[in-house]
Amino acid sequence: MNSKPNIAFVRDHMDAAMPPPSSEVGALGWMRRNLFSSVSNTILTLLVVYVAYLIIPGSLEWSIFNAVWEGTDRLACATTQQGGELPVGWHAACWPYVIAYSKLFIYGRYPDPELWRVNLVLVMFFAGLVPLLMPSVGGKRVNLIFMLGIFPVLALVLLSGGNFEFGQSFWEKYAIFSLAVLVAVFLYMRATENSAMGAVKSTAIGLAIFAAVILFISADFGLVSIETPLWGGFVMTLVIAVTGIVVSLPLGIILALGRRSQMPAVRLFSVIFIEFWRGVPLITVLFMSSVMLPLFLPDGVSFDKLLRALIGVALFSTAYMAEVIRGGMQAIPKGQYEGAMAVGLSYWQSMRMIILPQALKIVIPGIVNTFIGLFKDTTLVSIIGLLDFLGMIVLSHSDPKWATPVQALTSYLFCALVFFIFCFSMGRYSIFMENRLNTGHR
Amino acid sequence: MKKAIVSAALGVAALGLAASGAVAGTLDDVKAKGFVQCGVSQGLAGFSNPDDKGNWTGIDVDLCRALGAAIFGDSTKVKYTPLSAKERFTALQSGEIDVLSRNTTWTATRDTSLGLNFAGVNYYDGQGFMVRKELGIKSALELSGASICTNTGTTTELNVADYFRANKMEYEIVAFEKADEVVSAYDSGRCDVYTTDQSGLYSQRLKLTNPGDHIVLPEIISKEPLGPVVRQGDDQWFNLVKWTHFAMVNAEEMGITSANVDEKKGGDDPAIKRVLGTEGAFGEALGVGNDWAYNIIKQVGNYSESFERNVGPKTPLAIARGVNALWSDGGLQYAPPIR
Repeated sequence: MNSKPNIAFVRDHMDAAMPPPSSEVGALGWMRRNLFSSVSNTILTLLVVYVAYLIIPGSLEWSIFNAVWEGTDRLACATTQQGGELPVGWHAACWPYVIAYSKLFIYGRYPDPELWRVNLVLVMFFAGLVPLLMPSVGGKRVNLIFMLGIFPVLALVLLSGGNFEFGQSFWEKYAIFSLAVLVAVFLYMRATENSAMGAVKSTAIGLAIFAAVILFISADFGLVSIETPLWGGFVMTLVIAVTGIVVSLPLGIILALGRRSQMPAVRLFSVIFIEFWRGVPLITVLFMSSVMLPLFLPDGVSFDKLLRALIGVALFSTAYMAEVIRGGMQAIPKGQYEGAMAVGLSYWQSMRMIILPQALKIVIPGIVNTFIGLFKDTTLVSIIGLLDFLGMIVLSHSDPKWATPVQALTSYLFCALVFFIFCFSMGRYSIFMENRLNTGHR
Repeated sequence: MKKAIVSAALGVAALGLAASGAVAGTLDDVKAKGFVQCGVSQGLAGFSNPDDKGNWTGIDVDLCRALGAAIFGDSTKVKYTPLSAKERFTALQSGEIDVLSRNTTWTATRDTSLGLNFAGVNYYDGQGFMVRKELGIKSALELSGASICTNTGTTTELNVADYFRANKMEYEIVAFEKADEVVSAYDSGRCDVYTTDQSGLYSQRLKLTNPGDHIVLPEIISKEPLGPVVRQGDDQWFNLVKWTHFAMVNAEEMGITSANVDEKKGGDDPAIKRVLGTEGAFGEALGVGNDWAYNIIKQVGNYSESFERNVGPKTPLAIARGVNALWSDGGLQYAPPIR
């Protein structure tokens, strides 16, 4: 290109772009754009900074810098006025108390030599849950069967010790029941469709799996039996929350479908169920289950208290879940239903392949909202004497060994932290799933 | 998956059904299942609260342990059910627990209309007042016009109303749901007086910024006899619970402690020999072994040991024996003789 004709001025290269003004880039530019873009924004920013200045240093000082970290009893966290060593006026967190109680806060009164069983359940739970939540990991089907089918049974046997007694009469009744169900299915299917044997076969497999599960939990694995009054702490919170979540989602879907069903009996049942459970406060449900139910049962018959609470919490959250899902189904345009019918899908096929995938995607925030609410509502079980995480913390306040003015505040701070971590993670995961499933309809 | 859950529910339900027997005789049931099911509080310092290892301790818990020792010769054969104040009587009536040992006040209504029996008094409590020293108040009669912090929904509020009305004094109630809130409200100066059962005042005092600045006034404005409760209509079990407490009090009176019980067993004092079962058959009459009282004293201790270990002056609660001393020391604890 060096033998170009000599023209007075031809620009043969572009000037490099000028750097943007320093007020528009870097931290300064970001702040100008985001924090001080207008007068009102500037005022708000300054206000927030001032409030943060008021709160944050004090909280950090209270919870970390001035806090006590080592000690064996209340004297470690007591001022000279209270019989300890710390200067008068000291008021900060007392962490050795939380550390000394950490085993009780997490496992409750579960016996020490058997703690490995709880740990194993926790490991299985997280090992099964994490790959299930990560879209990039394969084997979802196997994973789901493990988490929803195998894990609950294993967890039940490990936590309680298994070896449940069923007795002769249970098996006799179960055999009669199975036979009746099989005959009923056979007669019904023969009247409506041709492939009666197929339906009978799958029903038989279902009944056999159920019997196998019963056999499994009634088998003696040599594990020491641990009754539910010994369960407690965060493990109990997880047991209640996970049971509630696992039960409420499928049952909620069924009830939501039922409420929109064309069959009046099904619709009426769903409406009554949902409205009843939504109409009563959870505290009332728990109270009825723990105080009233034993009075109605015949003398000497008593259900496990934890089981009663579990059923109450699960049914309660099912009603809420059903309404959340019904909301999603109502947001689906009518054309989707008609389209599904037009291509010849049956009711169940159109629900499974067309309606529910879209409806559930829409209501992810609502579902997670219900989960988070349920997770926090588990703390209500402490009013019926079940010692969940918060119940255990409140119980520990009565120990004179650690009684100081800061005892309760420290434990509540710890409780808030743990709950925040779990609820915040659930919230973030829901946002992640929303973005991943976003197909651009919005 | 649904099947798994249904089966889990059925399994636990079956366990619950299997675990509970008929209510023919509580003692026979207890012997058959191999442990005493004891209803305790959801945490009350010195009476029933778990320590940081998860073991239940306290005066009320010691009574349950003594029952285990009397029946099985093993004070660890007890299971504890923490109960809220509202559900405690239902739990006993429905047979969920065998004995309620949960700082429960013995009143006429409870004794007569609930189908329950009180099997003695293992702690005489009463409602008291705590005030700041700087106010210079020496008696509750000087409290006219005071604002009073207390818990909601308990008899303490009613007792205060009665007391102030009877003495023609003005007052203002500031009530909170939880004991922790009451203490911090009193500590921060929102009210002049803190009132609850006196044993509670001592344990809550530990949570004040400067315990030395506060005094407990001498007046007791209500009687709160706390004791174990059993179902009405099962006299054998009622007797056993009653005499378990009496055995501990008798042991203190005779100077038998967990340390010297073996030595005393070899002595010739006929009264002691009757208590420890080397003479007579008092255990048999109660439906347990004749060494029942020996086991109680050996494993749990006498009443004084239990008191000193859980609430006495050497514990953080530092409660003096006061009215809970033996009758021979000017207190109210009096046990009929074992003979």
